[in-house]
Amino acid sequence: MSITVQVLFVLLGLVAVGSAALVVTNTNLVHAALWLVVSLGAVAGVFLLLAAEFVAWVQVLIYVGAVVVLLLFALMLTRAPTGPQPELSTRRALPAAVVAVLVAALLGTTVVAGFSGATIDLRNGEVGSAEVAGASLFRTWVLPFEVLSVLLLAALVGAIVLSRLRSTELSGGGPAIAGQAPDNSEGGAD
Amino acid sequence: MPLWWPLLLAALLFSIGAYGVLARRNAVLVLMGVELMLNAANINLVAFDAYLRDALHSGQIFALFVIVVAAAEIGLALAIVLLVFRTHGHIEVDRLRALADRDEAPEEVRR
Repeated sequence: MSITVQVLFVLLGLVAVGSAALVVTNTNLVHAALWLVVSLGAVAGVFLLLAAEFVAWVQVLIYVGAVVVLLLFALMLTRAPTGPQPELSTRRALPAAVVAVLVAALLGTTVVAGFSGATIDLRNGEVGSAEVAGASLFRTWVLPFEVLSVLLLAALVGAIVLSRLRSTELSGGGPAIAGQAPDNSEGGAD
Repeated sequence: MPLWWPLLLAALLFSIGAYGVLARRNAVLVLMGVELMLNAANINLVAFDAYLRDALHSGQIFALFVIVVAAAEIGLALAIVLLVFRTHGHIEVDRLRALADRDEAPEEVRR
C-alpha cells in the first residue's frame, strides 16, 4: 500500500515537473496553456495522495476548469498566433534560467536538509473529504472565509470596471485618441 | 512517504514558475508562471497538513483560500492584460515600459 503511494507520487511528480517545464519553454502559446492543464492535474493527483481529497477536486474544478479556460480566452482575445513563435522568451532567458536553477538548488537543499528524517504517515490520518473540510471551514475558519468572499466580490467589480473602460476614458480625451486609434488596428493586424 | 518528497516537488515547480515569470515575453504566459508558483505553495501547505495531522486542517483550508485568491488574481490580471492589448495593441511585457498616465506617450511605447 505504502509502496504504491510512493510510486504513484514519484510518477505524478515527474509528470507535474515535466509538463511545467513544457509550459514555460513551449514556443506555441496554446500548447503551453494545454500543458498547464496536465501539470495542474498532476498536482491535483498529488493532493489526492496527500489525503486532501476536497482540495484536489477544487483544484480540478477551479484551476483546470476555470483558470485555464480563462487563460485560453485571454490568448484568443489578444489574437495570439496559433503557430510556433520562436521569440516568446526575452533576452533575459539565460539569467532567468540561472536564477531559477539557484532558487531550485537553494530551496531543494534547504528542505532536504531540514526535513530529511521526517515522514508523512498516511495510514491512520483523516482524509480531508468535503465533510471534514466543510466542518473545519465553517466552524473555525468562517471569518477568513467571509473576508475572502468580500475579496472575490471586489475582484469581480474591479474586473468589470476595468473591462468596461472606453478608449476615450483611457487616453483622457483630446488628440491622443486620434493617435491611438490606428495603433490599435495596426497592432491587431500583426 | 518522506516529507521532503512533496517539498522538493514544490521547490522544483516554484523555480520553474519563477523562470516562466522572468523569461516569458507574453503577459498571459507570465501569468501561467504565477499559477505554477501558487500551486507549489499549495503543495507545501497540503504536505505539512498531512505531516502535522492538524485537527483543524489549517493547511488544506489555507490551500483552498490560496486557490480562491489565485482565481481572483487571474480574473483581474486578465482584465488588465486585455486593457493593455486594447491600448497598446500587444501584450509583450518587455515592450511595455511606461504604464503611467501621460498626455504624450513615448513613440516606442505607442507602437
